Amino acid sequence: MERENDMGLNFMEGNEAIAWGAFRAGCRFFAGYPITPATTILNTMLKLLPPAGGICIQGEDEIASMGFCLGASMAGMKVLTATSGPGISLYSENISFAIGSEIPLVIVDVQRLGPSTGSATRGADGDIQFLRWGNTGGLPVVVLAPVDAVDCYQLTVHAFNLAEALRCPVFIASNKETGMTKESFDMEAVELPEIIDRVPYTADAPFLPFAARDDRSAPEYLPIGGSQLVRQTSSTHGRDGYITVDREAIAHNQSRLANKLQTAVDNFSFFDFFDADTDTLLITYGVTSRAAKTALAGLEAEGTRVAHLVLKTLWPVPESLIRKIADRFNNIVVIEMNMGQYVREIQRVVGNKPVKFFGLMDGNLITPTRIKEVLTKEVLSHDQPAQ
Amino acid sequence: MTSLLNKNRPPVFCPGCAHETVTRALDKVFGNLQLQGSDIVIVSDIGCSGLFDTFFNTHAFHGLHGRALTYATGIKLARPDLTVIVTMGDGGLGIGGAHLLSTCRRNIDLTLLVLNNFNYGMTGGQFSSTTPSDATVGSGFLNQIEKPMDVGQVVAAAGAGYVSRASVYGKDLTQVIEKAIQFKGFSVLDLWGVCPGRYTKKNRLTPKSIETSMSALPAFTGPVETNRRGEYGELYRTQASQTEPRQQPLKFEKRFTPPSPKRNGVIILGGAGQRIVTGGEILCYAGLTAGMHTAQKNDYPITVLRGHSVSELILSPDAIGYTGIHIPDAVLVLGPEGVARRKELFATLTKETIVIQAGDVPIPACDAKIISVDFQSLKIKAPDRALAALAILARLGTIISMEMLKEALNIRFKGDVLEKALELVDKAMSVEIF
Repeated sequence: MERENDMGLNFMEGNEAIAWGAFRAGCRFFAGYPITPATTILNTMLKLLPPAGGICIQGEDEIASMGFCLGASMAGMKVLTATSGPGISLYSENISFAIGSEIPLVIVDVQRLGPSTGSATRGADGDIQFLRWGNTGGLPVVVLAPVDAVDCYQLTVHAFNLAEALRCPVFIASNKETGMTKESFDMEAVELPEIIDRVPYTADAPFLPFAARDDRSAPEYLPIGGSQLVRQTSSTHGRDGYITVDREAIAHNQSRLANKLQTAVDNFSFFDFFDADTDTLLITYGVTSRAAKTALAGLEAEGTRVAHLVLKTLWPVPESLIRKIADRFNNIVVIEMNMGQYVREIQRVVGNKPVKFFGLMDGNLITPTRIKEVLTKEVLSHDQPAQ
Repeated sequence: MTSLLNKNRPPVFCPGCAHETVTRALDKVFGNLQLQGSDIVIVSDIGCSGLFDTFFNTHAFHGLHGRALTYATGIKLARPDLTVIVTMGDGGLGIGGAHLLSTCRRNIDLTLLVLNNFNYGMTGGQFSSTTPSDATVGSGFLNQIEKPMDVGQVVAAAGAGYVSRASVYGKDLTQVIEKAIQFKGFSVLDLWGVCPGRYTKKNRLTPKSIETSMSALPAFTGPVETNRRGEYGELYRTQASQTEPRQQPLKFEKRFTPPSPKRNGVIILGGAGQRIVTGGEILCYAGLTAGMHTAQKNDYPITVLRGHSVSELILSPDAIGYTGIHIPDAVLVLGPEGVARRKELFATLTKETIVIQAGDVPIPACDAKIISVDFQSLKIKAPDRALAALAILARLGTIISMEMLKEALNIRFKGDVLEKALELVDKAMSVEIF
């Protein structure tokens, strides 16, 4: 975001910006277990929520924190939790629950270098496929990836809107390098979307908690604790929220759960695109996009042009967006702060076009210098193929 | 009396199952307490106890194994007016052990019915955390080499406000449940009963033998005196209502013109306790007072008061892309731990780089312009070195100006701390630099 005049700047971590975004979105319930590099989200929520009559709880572990969130969400609150890779592992069973039983919540993964305990204060984008597939049943999820503190603030509001509208968990795939870096931006100048709340059930007929109006919508919602009885269950259920073995009902519900996200992704395909007169397109997401931007400015000064697509919606894969933008380019390069995760999706989406990849996971940001080297090589080899 | 039992879904337990007795008693209690279905949430665990929510016309939440107390806690915090009942077997008790202990410590107003039948009924009668060591179960000899836990003693030790151990076959079962629900705080009921489908196929357990075994154990019949205290939700709301109102994020107006029109990177190298992070923040604040974009990244170990502390700062007239520093424009060398952490940095420094070096901290050879400061003889203590070094940087006037630094201090500090900081800056102004 460029600043137009001297309206003044705020100075905060990406993690703080996420907490503020959540607060602005109407989140009044947070539960989490401290873990570097996500702890400052808990710290900030602890400042924001209690004075506002909200609830901020430290769970005995990540599993409990997710459990608190799911209970509070079904009782009507907008809920947030935040952790890093080791905590996402522990969230897994409840993530599956939230997907299958359509419980709105926002989950922040401030990624740190893995595998396992890895390095608490080192960044990576190593959880990108894990966030997508770390659930039983394999149904889709929404994952948004912020580039900087502005995105942390803005995308968090979008994340709540999506969680509410689609009744599903929405992930923010942040990174230690974004979460724990303080930076300046003008908070007031950031355009926030209109706040969306889950759609209440208003019909006269008895409430069926999982009855959706068509094969691609989330069910309308009533809170646990209202005058109409509400059932929530992690078991395979029919529209009434009771266990079912009805094959048709099960099949219909599974495809509705997939459809409601996959058919909607065109409405929330967040991205930046920096076009250039060239045959080479660089695709990045997250904090690596910043080094890439610096690298591309350097290359341009040297006369080498590369177009740049920064994806901010990673899951469901914004396929039509990627296809539309990639269409014109015959040389596609993907750079990620991992050993090659999202490049698989790009390869799948762009079909026969060659997709080159550079990945690095050494606990440090990929430098603009490194990106310049990679791109110089890939542009040269494309423009002047070896004889 | 009206019943909340779901007539369309009668209990489906094995013939003779203790759970059915509890189901009917619980329904009677709801009637006695004149509760409507919409006043109640039944949060059920996994296993046979996980069927409870389907038998009642109440709100229902059936989640994952062992986690029932966590969902119930979230619901109760969001809706304190609801009566929240948790049904869990001795399986959920074991797998959800951490949640059990923490819920006891919280004393949140939930009622936990532990439907204790000494084995995992649904999966084939394996041993649980309450199976006697001499029982014959579906886990071979494994239960013989573990000691079962006494639910009452564990939860009382963990802080539960109310603990009651009772036989499902006792004449007073409804009163036992009713009193527990009426208690304001966390009530745990350890309800012993028979699992005819699995457990009593190979083990002798009867209402009479339950009574005999129970009488040999410490009795738990209600509030635990030593655990008497406020209810968690009420305490939370009281404390929360007394917290300071939230502050809007600090906003910096542009007041000065920055001395440098370009992006500058500064690295502060020091040790824990040297206020390196605060120093970095002040440098960014100084930049912000001149409308600069700023970024700060810190690196320190998990230990406090020991080890390195490094802060990397960027001040730029334009939005900051990459937040790394390729070659710093200034390095403030304040402690040996920071130098050790980033010793490879020095080889990259050019003639353009300014190094403000504490005289007592050696650095590797480098091309930078070095300004050595004898902090020791100036009696500038270790925690004050960062600010003193910033004052010298401001004095050089290449990256920040003195008015920017002073304004940053005005924003960051108040009262005595501010005065001392400004005194320190004045002192650093008079330092001879080499």
